[in-house]
Amino acid sequence: MAVSSTVEATGRTIDKPAPRSTRPRRRYLGRRLTHHLILILICLAFLVPFAVMITTAFKTPADIFSVPPKLLPHRWVLSNFSEAVNAMPFFRYLANTALLVILNVLGTLISCPLVAYALAKLRWPGRNVVFGTILATMMLPAQVTFIPLYLLWDRVGAVGTLWPLIIPAFFGSPFYIFLLRQFFTGVPDSLREAGLLDGASEFRIYWRLILPQAKPAIATVAIFQFVATWTDFLLPLIYLNTQENYTLSIGLYNFFGEHGVAWGPLMAACLIFTVPALIVFMVAQRYFVQGIAVTGMK
Amino acid sequence: MAGPILVSLYYSFTEFNLFQSPKWVGLDNYLSLFSDPKFVRSIINTAYLTVIGVPLGLALGMLVALALNFPVRGQPLYRAIVYLPAIVPVVTATYLWRWVFNAQYGYLNQMLGHLGLTGPNWLSDPVWTKPAVIIITLWGIGGTAVIYLAALQQVPQQLYEAAAVDGANGWQRFWHVTWPALTPVTLFQLIMGVIAAVQIFAPTFLLTQSRGNAANGGPGDSLLTYTMYLFQNAFVFLKMGEAAAMAWILFMFIGLLTLLILFSSKRWVHYGSE
Repeated sequence: MAVSSTVEATGRTIDKPAPRSTRPRRRYLGRRLTHHLILILICLAFLVPFAVMITTAFKTPADIFSVPPKLLPHRWVLSNFSEAVNAMPFFRYLANTALLVILNVLGTLISCPLVAYALAKLRWPGRNVVFGTILATMMLPAQVTFIPLYLLWDRVGAVGTLWPLIIPAFFGSPFYIFLLRQFFTGVPDSLREAGLLDGASEFRIYWRLILPQAKPAIATVAIFQFVATWTDFLLPLIYLNTQENYTLSIGLYNFFGEHGVAWGPLMAACLIFTVPALIVFMVAQRYFVQGIAVTGMK
Repeated sequence: MAGPILVSLYYSFTEFNLFQSPKWVGLDNYLSLFSDPKFVRSIINTAYLTVIGVPLGLALGMLVALALNFPVRGQPLYRAIVYLPAIVPVVTATYLWRWVFNAQYGYLNQMLGHLGLTGPNWLSDPVWTKPAVIIITLWGIGGTAVIYLAALQQVPQQLYEAAAVDGANGWQRFWHVTWPALTPVTLFQLIMGVIAAVQIFAPTFLLTQSRGNAANGGPGDSLLTYTMYLFQNAFVFLKMGEAAAMAWILFMFIGLLTLLILFSSKRWVHYGSE
């Protein structure tokens, strides 16, 4: 949003070359080249591990274990991918992960905006206390509650199923409630008052007037929840104990436990696992940056 | 939320293995933890990762943000690349780095070799396992950089102009204009970073996993972090009472540390006079 335009303004002002140089144009060009060079070096540092993952996934074992290592394979092969997919019920894991993502995003989008709306736009006794409590639970280490919660799920016989990884999303999460509340607070109150004058119900005002205003925020939350669920490791590790319910995270962990360092197939599986997150990121990059900048959290 | 919190507090005073009902033991769990060498080890390991890793992450995040703020073409692409690793699944990231760190076939030591350095046995030498984890977390500082970038764009331009009029050089402009403006966001990131660092779990857990074996703490237990030991107590040794006590010690410690950082912040955080 406003982010990129300010950047340009910022940069121009800072880096306007001092007029005392006799050849300002050349100096300006030199500085720009230096800037690009620095940025390219930084980006290389971040990209090289990706390159390692991708090329290893396409290498033959001989290429993988060559000394000294070479980044590019002599021969590009696809066998690692078929090996990975055949060595585990890969598509089953994929389907479980996709199911979890869909239901988590759905649950989050049903619960969090509703709570955030009540916190941002409605006046009720104890509102600040509730908001304070929500902020405080963001500080609470997950470890404090996960033992009682585990026992709770155990008692209802849900350990081993996907339910403990689905149902909590429908009860809202403090971080997203906080994020959405910040956005909702920015929506003018006059909108709600206009709705009240027209005799609309509170829910109708929320659904028809306020939610559409907050589309970017909703998108941000949906994407964050997508990536969080897709990449989660700890909760599936705690709750899933039967192979048919494994997510990709646990499937890969299990694959490593069984096959050890079969780097080719492992990197191939990692690559397939990573690509959907990367695609979502590329499509929705704007919302990522916005969400992080607004909340100051990653 | 309050329910599970109180239940967890109650468990921390009991002996409880999931199968029998909890038996009240008072402060026993807390006392026995402090004479448990593994518990102490896990605290030392976690403190190392936090004290070295968090400031390093903030400093590098800030430097990268300064670079990403250069007024050049292709800025969005540069930013996207830096942020990219932050969305890679932690399982993928850790296995990927395990391979990069491989002493014999890995790329990192090869690159060091090109520089005339002999790389260490990253994952089997207890001295080097924690630096390896810090490198992995540094790969994911894109989020930190983006937050710093947002803060950099809030710095009032007049300040830079005034500094330029006064003949301030690049370093002086940074030290007197940019850095003070970045202190509030640094405080926030420091607190969030410390909270995340003392709870680090997945990277160390996956880095010490071996074939046919769950995580074992790595060579010389050098990667046995606090939450990893908590997890082992709860789900491997089924000592739910001790695990709950560990969770509460962590909770109190985080609260204390946050207060401490906030308290110290009066000395170094500048809130703009607007």
